[in-house]
Amino acid sequence: MNLIVFFLEPLSYDFMVRALATTLIASIVCALLSCWLVLIGWSLMGDAVSHAVLPGVVLAYIVGVPFAVGAVAFGFLAVGLIGLVRDTSRVKEDAAIGIVFTTLFALGLVLISITPSQTDLFHIIFGNLLGVSWADLTQIIVLGAITFTILVIKRRDFTLFAFDPTHAHAIGLNPKLLGAALLGLLALTAVVALQAVGVVLVVAMLIIPGATAYLLTDRFGRMLVIAPVISAMCAGIGLYLSYYLDTASGGMVVLTQGAAFTAVYLFSPRHGLVGQRILARRRRGSLEPSS
Amino acid sequence: MSVPSIEVRNVTVHYGEVLALDHANITLDPGRVCALVGMNGSGKSTLFKAIMGMVRPDSGTVLINGASPLKSRKSGAIGYVPQSEEIDWDFPLSVRDVVMMGRFGHMGLRRHAKKSDNDAVDHALERVELTDYASRAIGQLSCGQKKRAFVARGIAQGASVLLLDEPFAGVDKRSEATMTTLLRELSADGATILVSTHDLHAVPILADEAVLLMRRVLMHGDPHEVLKPNNLALAFGLDVLNRGTTV
Repeated sequence: MNLIVFFLEPLSYDFMVRALATTLIASIVCALLSCWLVLIGWSLMGDAVSHAVLPGVVLAYIVGVPFAVGAVAFGFLAVGLIGLVRDTSRVKEDAAIGIVFTTLFALGLVLISITPSQTDLFHIIFGNLLGVSWADLTQIIVLGAITFTILVIKRRDFTLFAFDPTHAHAIGLNPKLLGAALLGLLALTAVVALQAVGVVLVVAMLIIPGATAYLLTDRFGRMLVIAPVISAMCAGIGLYLSYYLDTASGGMVVLTQGAAFTAVYLFSPRHGLVGQRILARRRRGSLEPSS
Repeated sequence: MSVPSIEVRNVTVHYGEVLALDHANITLDPGRVCALVGMNGSGKSTLFKAIMGMVRPDSGTVLINGASPLKSRKSGAIGYVPQSEEIDWDFPLSVRDVVMMGRFGHMGLRRHAKKSDNDAVDHALERVELTDYASRAIGQLSCGQKKRAFVARGIAQGASVLLLDEPFAGVDKRSEATMTTLLRELSADGATILVSTHDLHAVPILADEAVLLMRRVLMHGDPHEVLKPNNLALAFGLDVLNRGTTV
């Protein structure tokens, strides 16, 4: 089988075209956002918000409003509740995050179980790339474009917020507003990625690409390019692998990203494990010229 | 009569039940370098936060160049050099990126750097002698260089009031001397500088005046006078003879 056929054959199916578009959009938007999340230390927050949007999405489905509305509402509700539990009890933040998001996720599961047309909604949990409809794809494109545009236009402010919020305040910006904007975009991104890999695996797409790029460069501007490129490549490779190996598409996409991270973690020129070991050995060697 | 650069009038701050600042009064004229001396928990950081408007005082007012903290922040008048612990030194930014952040208040929505911004950053880097380090990652600098990079950010910003939180912590003697010279030069150019420090013997060389803080202002005046042992004993709680205040 030649390469062209290898790439084009799956695309003769409409559902595969939609799946590819969905996974590429989700992977790029998630990867962009992940650069800030891993640097601020919001990985757990990403996990929490992406799970906590579930009841919002289900309620939006029941009421018949766009998923994004319910997702953003419950995203902020989760962040608010986490802050409330942390600040008004002796429970620490990680526990507060664990309590709030699992409870909201459970609420989502219960809501799904009492909602007719269950099959549709269970796809949100594990993702169903191959079952993305044209209407789903339209929503994904719109939300993805909005999130992408805001992130790119305001990227320098978000970076300032991540690096030194006190300075942001001192020059008259509003760091609280910037933080809230990032959380809102996180909720929107979760909706985009829900269709692709499902609630459970969204967090992977929200952390792995940023962490991978972070090991490859010391320039934030380059991270913002490297992360989406790696993420999109992994998403494409993962989808094709799932097609030819007949495995779960969402799982395959995340597995590929995990494999890419592992490779970078080991072999990144400056921050990779192997490179650092060799450098350390060389340094030790140069200290003992007699040996 | 000139308008004071910093005017803290009767400011009281509580964190929940804890009294952090008790009717603090400090007036600082333009071009002065003032050292803020007090032990941990004496309210130094809270005073900085009050000046920047990050905490809302229970009572009292703060004026920067005669204007409200909000107005002063918007105009870029307040420059801030954070404590080392507040910064993630693995953050993937170059020295130039960090200094450029001083220009954000002067830029448009996208914070796109114009020629004037690049010039201001070049000039600021030159001023703190970090031009050769501009493209280094911020975490690769020495402690003293890191501090100077943040001072450069304030210079690029065009701040008339510079707040430095423990700039001498973890810095070697030579870097300390460089920083002291730099701050003296900036004040000679008209900047007003408030420095919190543990490093007491640097104070008389660095500062025109010193404030002894222990939740309230115990003393404010000539550094030599403020740093007399019996005065320090008040601020650092070593007043074993319990002679009462001499303020």
